[in-house]
Amino acid sequence: MVENRPFLTVITHIVLVMGVAMIALPIWITFVAASHDEIRMLQAPIPLMPGSHFADNLKQTLFGAGLSGDQTPVWRMLLNSLAMALMISVGKIAISIISAFAIVYFKFPFRMGFFWMIFITLMLPVEVRILPTFEVVANLGLLNSYWGLSIPLIASATATFMFRQVFLTIPDEMLESARIDGAGPMRFFWDILLPLSRTNIAALFVILFIYGWNQYLWPLLITTDTDMTTIVMSIKQMLESAEQSPQWNVIMMTALLAMLPPILVVIGMQKLFVQGLTETDK
Amino acid sequence: MLKRVHFPASPLPYLLVAPQIIVTLVFFIWPASQALYQSLLVEDAFGLSSEFVWFENFTLLAQDEQYLSTFWRTAVFSSLVAFISMSIALILAGFAERVIKGATTYRTLLIWPYAVAPVLAGALWVFMFNPTLGIFPYFLDIIGIKWNHYLNGGQAMGLVIAAAAWKQIAYNFLFYLAAMQSIPRSIIEAAAIDGAGPIRRFWTQTLPLVSPTTFFLVVINIVYAFFETFGIIHVVTQGGPANATTILVYKVFNDGFVGLDLGGSAAQSVILMVIVILMTVVQFRYVEKKVEY
Repeated sequence: MVENRPFLTVITHIVLVMGVAMIALPIWITFVAASHDEIRMLQAPIPLMPGSHFADNLKQTLFGAGLSGDQTPVWRMLLNSLAMALMISVGKIAISIISAFAIVYFKFPFRMGFFWMIFITLMLPVEVRILPTFEVVANLGLLNSYWGLSIPLIASATATFMFRQVFLTIPDEMLESARIDGAGPMRFFWDILLPLSRTNIAALFVILFIYGWNQYLWPLLITTDTDMTTIVMSIKQMLESAEQSPQWNVIMMTALLAMLPPILVVIGMQKLFVQGLTETDK
Repeated sequence: MLKRVHFPASPLPYLLVAPQIIVTLVFFIWPASQALYQSLLVEDAFGLSSEFVWFENFTLLAQDEQYLSTFWRTAVFSSLVAFISMSIALILAGFAERVIKGATTYRTLLIWPYAVAPVLAGALWVFMFNPTLGIFPYFLDIIGIKWNHYLNGGQAMGLVIAAAAWKQIAYNFLFYLAAMQSIPRSIIEAAAIDGAGPIRRFWTQTLPLVSPTTFFLVVINIVYAFFETFGIIHVVTQGGPANATTILVYKVFNDGFVGLDLGGSAAQSVILMVIVILMTVVQFRYVEKKVEY
């Protein structure tokens, strides 16, 4: 602080607390809705203070039939989401780090051609090539599978650039001494590059896990089998069925469960999260 | 780009880039070229025959009143989302930067909506504004405003913008805070010694010094509003009422998967692709150089 202004300090805290309240309000209302029983949630105005049915709702949502009998249980959806998020994040990191390694440490024909090809993926988000990508995945027989959910999303220009950047900061002497000691390329990769980029990998993982978990449009298109439904997708179906038989307590509990894993990742690994965000986007 | 010291040529690097290149070719470049090709075709509704029509799909779009208004609506939507979320984030960051004790607590409490999926953000807001049950329509009714975003296009647009902006505040806040913290203390102190108060310093020092971040965030936020808000719109309004919240990405999805107009949808995809390419070029050319005053 440059100068002491007690009045301004008070204003500062008031504004920040208001900001936090504004940001948290939707979550608070969700939490409250998830803690009342079904009947209370049908009377307007809905409550603003939590009720006593949180545990019941949690049990009903996770292991009960959720909304209606024929629905996939929520724990299964959480598992699907987890599998998709892990496959996307691990896949992206794995294929990006080895291609960055090839591009930085080898001189070979078409090196720059490959680099630009990877760069182009930056300009082709799923949304602009929905239909043809869907056709490709359908022709490969990957509809309704974890592979179909993850592989089409794992090419990553940003991750490749980031690893390239990291490798470029590693001093050349590392490679020289490794080669003098007789290490081949893969030995150098495993024993030197990988340990040196450990924090970068972790930071990237945090960002990509959230990215994978939150996918919506893509799973919506390629999963028709209800067993493959992800938790994020299920909200839309639940809201649709809410028009006939609203069970807001269960719907909002599902929303809460769908948000929780990525939020915990952000809060628990805040430092890595901030590092990952600033590294991949700038 | 390449290390001065590198490994000798061998088949190994090809094996290393192969996975990434295969995925890129199969799921990115091939589908994109298919979209380009399909945008030049007219297909009948059953997909039995198709005719090569050059740019007819594009000229049809250019004359389509509905498409043009979608374009305009997308522009208004994304600028409002960017403006609202960036201004709130800027104000919060400006204050958070002053706090010494508890700064990280505030940061933690402000950044987590980044982790909320757009479709979930939409679900939370649509619940708060549910016309019969929602908490906001209840209070709005007391002051005499009837809220029903299923019928009122303006209210539907407002709701979608609010949900989209709410989710993006966290991201913008993080970048603004980092930018403000990297401003040298000496500059701020010099201004304070010269008698500039906090508000004056904010306008004449902080704001110009974070302008590279502002520029970067404008690009990022517009890309976000264009492409990542699909989930919000799909869950809150489904583009309605009467297309009042249909933006470009939503229209591509709707015309292609629901309306089954493959040629028209592909032509729209191609237009979106051009927009993404332009934004990427802007981002790389200008953001890298940094705007400075």
